[in-house]
Amino acid sequence: MKYRIGKSTGFQVLTITLAFACVVPLIFILIYILQAGITKINWHFITNLPKPVGEVGGGIANALLGSMIIIGCASVIAIPFGILCGIYLSENKTSKLAYWSRLCVDILQGVPSIVIGIVAYFWLVKPLGGFSALSGSAALAIMMLPIIIRSTEETLLMLPDSLREAAYALGMPFHRVILKVIIPCGISGILSGVMLSVARIAGETAPLLFTAFGNPYLSGNIFKPMQSLPLLIFNYATSPYNDWHDLAWGASCILLIFVLLLNIFTKLITRKWKVQL
Amino acid sequence: MESTIVKSIDYNAYFGDNHVVKNVNIEIPRNSVVAVMGPSGCGKTTFLRGINRMHELIPGATAKGKIMLNGEDVMEMHPIFVRLKIGMVFQRPNPFPNLSIYDNVIAGYKLNGIKLPKAEKDKIVELSLSRVALWNEVKDSLTKKGSFLSGGQQQRLCIARAVAMEPEVLLFDEPTSALDPISTSTVEELFHELKKNYTLIIVTHNMQQAARVSDKTAFFYVGELVEFDDTKQMFTNPTDIRTQNYITGRFS
Repeated sequence: MKYRIGKSTGFQVLTITLAFACVVPLIFILIYILQAGITKINWHFITNLPKPVGEVGGGIANALLGSMIIIGCASVIAIPFGILCGIYLSENKTSKLAYWSRLCVDILQGVPSIVIGIVAYFWLVKPLGGFSALSGSAALAIMMLPIIIRSTEETLLMLPDSLREAAYALGMPFHRVILKVIIPCGISGILSGVMLSVARIAGETAPLLFTAFGNPYLSGNIFKPMQSLPLLIFNYATSPYNDWHDLAWGASCILLIFVLLLNIFTKLITRKWKVQL
Repeated sequence: MESTIVKSIDYNAYFGDNHVVKNVNIEIPRNSVVAVMGPSGCGKTTFLRGINRMHELIPGATAKGKIMLNGEDVMEMHPIFVRLKIGMVFQRPNPFPNLSIYDNVIAGYKLNGIKLPKAEKDKIVELSLSRVALWNEVKDSLTKKGSFLSGGQQQRLCIARAVAMEPEVLLFDEPTSALDPISTSTVEELFHELKKNYTLIIVTHNMQQAARVSDKTAFFYVGELVEFDDTKQMFTNPTDIRTQNYITGRFS
């Protein structure tokens, strides 16, 4: 009997230790980046362009604006496609098309981001005749799709059939059942999928290397090359200059804070808008 | 006005190859309560869902034959119009969880995009909730969510939602099987009130309930309509041996 109790306690201790071990690296990364980066961040840092080597100061305004534009465009492309596809998959569980698209979505989720970058390069950058923010957005949108589709589908599948029946029994046509009943009831899950997909692509560098390319100046033209935070971090961190390293630390810190806030915000939204079934 | 409101002619329903409802011919009189009873899996719910064309929403489900509503075949009508004229209440209460009690009652208008002036909406909500004896209980909490109510109240809210559309027929699919005895008796009392304005068809596997609430009773067995007669006649002197066996509890 003692032996059994000992085994049980031992197992509990093991799970707690390992769970804690998972959290430790994350905490260290957070502390390290915040330490290295937070001192670099000030108003000057986020409103100014990078300075050439040797000059003191300089900021990341171009990368910040570029990231926002690129992520914004990617969201505009991916969100409607993703949600509609998710709705289709949840409403047509057994059709052949649903089976194949579900398979494709799963595979797409596993495609390495650099491969998606190359594909965007050959399909968009080359035919359009040059690097552009838009092609970067398209590459990121492809990465967002599987996350949005799957989370939409899974959220809607969890809604009970009785809800659909209630709506149909009132003589509601399909589009109204979806727009007025199914989506409002699943909105928290759909939104959290969207936000998580944004958080996921915010730090993607590989697809942007061949597409948005980067730009040392402030640019708002989506048909021209554009800077973004991950690109800036990649370029500056691999440079030999200490000033640029500082810039990269500051940018990493901002990116990290953005992703963290997005995750916390998602949690809040999910809790606030959750429809009690 | 004709006394028959719903009439099925050689109605057959299938799930894939499975023949669930076989050649049902039945005439349902206006402003009556008709109970449909039978053992589990006898096709009574499928037949009920066929009347307002909910049956065909299930993948692989098909139906043949005619169901006449006031002399018009619902199989030829668009399902959306059929369901506006024939309301339905389900086994488990299913109010819309994202809507308030008020909006749940007028959901049929609101969600279908039918615009009504505020005064008229108020009138519909009060009338419908009064008809299901819920008005006094919820009149002070109309803005609360539907899921805030108890199970029995939710079920009456669902009946109010169906009543608000002013349908001609109301279908009930085992409406009390998820409710406690007190809520059950409240809902049963409603049936007597509701039949003044509507025709009610109630599927139940509870024989006592059928005997208590209905004017006429239909007995289904393995997809066939075995017997359809006045409830009193059915329970005292059934013609068919299968009905007799079922009522006396020799099989269930």
